[in-house]
Amino acid sequence: MAKVLELEQVYKAYRFGFIPKKKQILKGVSFYVNEGEIFGYLGPNGAGKTTTIKCILNLIFPDAGRITIFGEDSLKPKARQRVGFLPENPYFYDYLTGREFLTFYADLLGLHGQSKIEKIAYLLRLVGMERAADLQLRKYSRGMLQRIGLAQALLNDPALVILDEPMGGLDPIGRKEFRDIIVNLKKEGKTVFLSSHILQDIEMICDRVAIILAGEIINQGYLGDLISEKVLYTEVTIAGLPAAEFNHLGESVSTSGNRVLLKVYEESKIDQVISLVQQKKGKIISLMPRTETLEDIFVNMVKNQ
Amino acid sequence: MKITAIARNTFKEAKRDRVLYLLFFFAAICLLFSRFLALLTVGDRVKIIKDVGLASIQLFGMLMAILMGTGLVYKEIDKKTIFTLLAKPIHRVEFLLGKFLGLVLTIFIMTVLMAIIFLLILFLHTFTIEWSILLAILYIFFELCLMTAVALLFSTFTTPILASLYSLGFYLIGHLSWSLEMLIKKVKSGAGRAILRLLYIVLPDLENFNFKTEVVHHLPIPTKLLGISFFYGLVYTAFLLILSMLIFRRRDFI
Repeated sequence: MAKVLELEQVYKAYRFGFIPKKKQILKGVSFYVNEGEIFGYLGPNGAGKTTTIKCILNLIFPDAGRITIFGEDSLKPKARQRVGFLPENPYFYDYLTGREFLTFYADLLGLHGQSKIEKIAYLLRLVGMERAADLQLRKYSRGMLQRIGLAQALLNDPALVILDEPMGGLDPIGRKEFRDIIVNLKKEGKTVFLSSHILQDIEMICDRVAIILAGEIINQGYLGDLISEKVLYTEVTIAGLPAAEFNHLGESVSTSGNRVLLKVYEESKIDQVISLVQQKKGKIISLMPRTETLEDIFVNMVKNQ
Repeated sequence: MKITAIARNTFKEAKRDRVLYLLFFFAAICLLFSRFLALLTVGDRVKIIKDVGLASIQLFGMLMAILMGTGLVYKEIDKKTIFTLLAKPIHRVEFLLGKFLGLVLTIFIMTVLMAIIFLLILFLHTFTIEWSILLAILYIFFELCLMTAVALLFSTFTTPILASLYSLGFYLIGHLSWSLEMLIKKVKSGAGRAILRLLYIVLPDLENFNFKTEVVHHLPIPTKLLGISFFYGLVYTAFLLILSMLIFRRRDFI
């Protein structure tokens, strides 16, 4: 599979203050993104996610290292020809209307004539902003800005779409819609680079992930390889019986009304719980095995560091 | 194409800036005021209208160039609009040139509007139109283009307030540096004179664009001088733009 984006040993330090004090942000970041995949870039706040993205897009210059986009050096504007970018908390020209804004960016990309008008109309429909198209951006909510921001990122029909925290500021329905759009982009053959700290989003749609912590990549690979299928514990909800009955079988997490939520760590004890409930004339409401999630891996890694 | 798109957007942004209209309003008042000032004058009243009128166009044009020019790049960085813009396949040089041309277009339109008011007032007083006045205004416009480049240069690396102060400093130096030339003549040749000469070359001489006296007093202006002044403006503006690009090209947008 062809590599769409590759970073090799990227270093970046910022200098702050009157007497400049150096702060190393990226400490040799290396990873690659394959063609046609959704790549999740994961890390806590301040880990260096946005700095990495800015290095990729040439908004800041790495102190050392090499970045290639479609095999081209990222320093050349040509490398960004097929790239779309949506920044975190997008800020746009608030005096423009949604349509004017997209027209301006389409002009920058060299689109013109009927194809420009059609493209803008299509994108407004795609992100669900047709009705607000002629409203000034200053009147947009954060979620609306995020949507119009996605539309501008897709104007040049990019082969690589870079999204920095795209789901921040969206309501649950908006997040679902955004996820669907991203999955559709993949279906269209586009590659998506997605940075986020909302693990649930990444876990639902990403093929591969890289985890960055304090400027270093601490893990990367296919999601399936990172997360083991092993059952960590089983959650059993029981009704009609007191928690004390199950103390020897598992840990009772909570009780509400006549319901008890029990965490059973050993698989062999699950059968014992079931037979005990049947014996005492109780009722099993639900039984859910919990496998390892990205969140577990992430929390463990952060703790270990 | 990309440059014109950015220039168009800059013009759109400038058009919606209230500062522009405020300055234009005061410029119009000053131009009208020149007519009343003429009433108080003993002697050549037309001269006063011309003097005050041309000075008003220059002053308010300069304020427009500085106040709007210094915010140009800073606002883009501060509001983070530059992130999506530079992520597109455009050169930073194209961005900067687009910004410059957009503002020059704004300044041009404003100068034309001020000139129309000025010529109208003059016409109502003399019932003739002196086309030579336009020459003085054209060179004021060249000076304003240079001042826009100055404002843009400072806005690539500092805040609007500091950039405005620096630009204003540049403007004052530019209008006083001609005295260096006189000083050079009086200093004995040697290191001191060489330093003064170097200083005179590096510092701007904005008096090169001043044809107000000649126009007001109907003095002859050699074509060669007009050519040299135009060329001086062109080279100095290009020099300032290149300097801005060198700074802007390697700048990190944190």
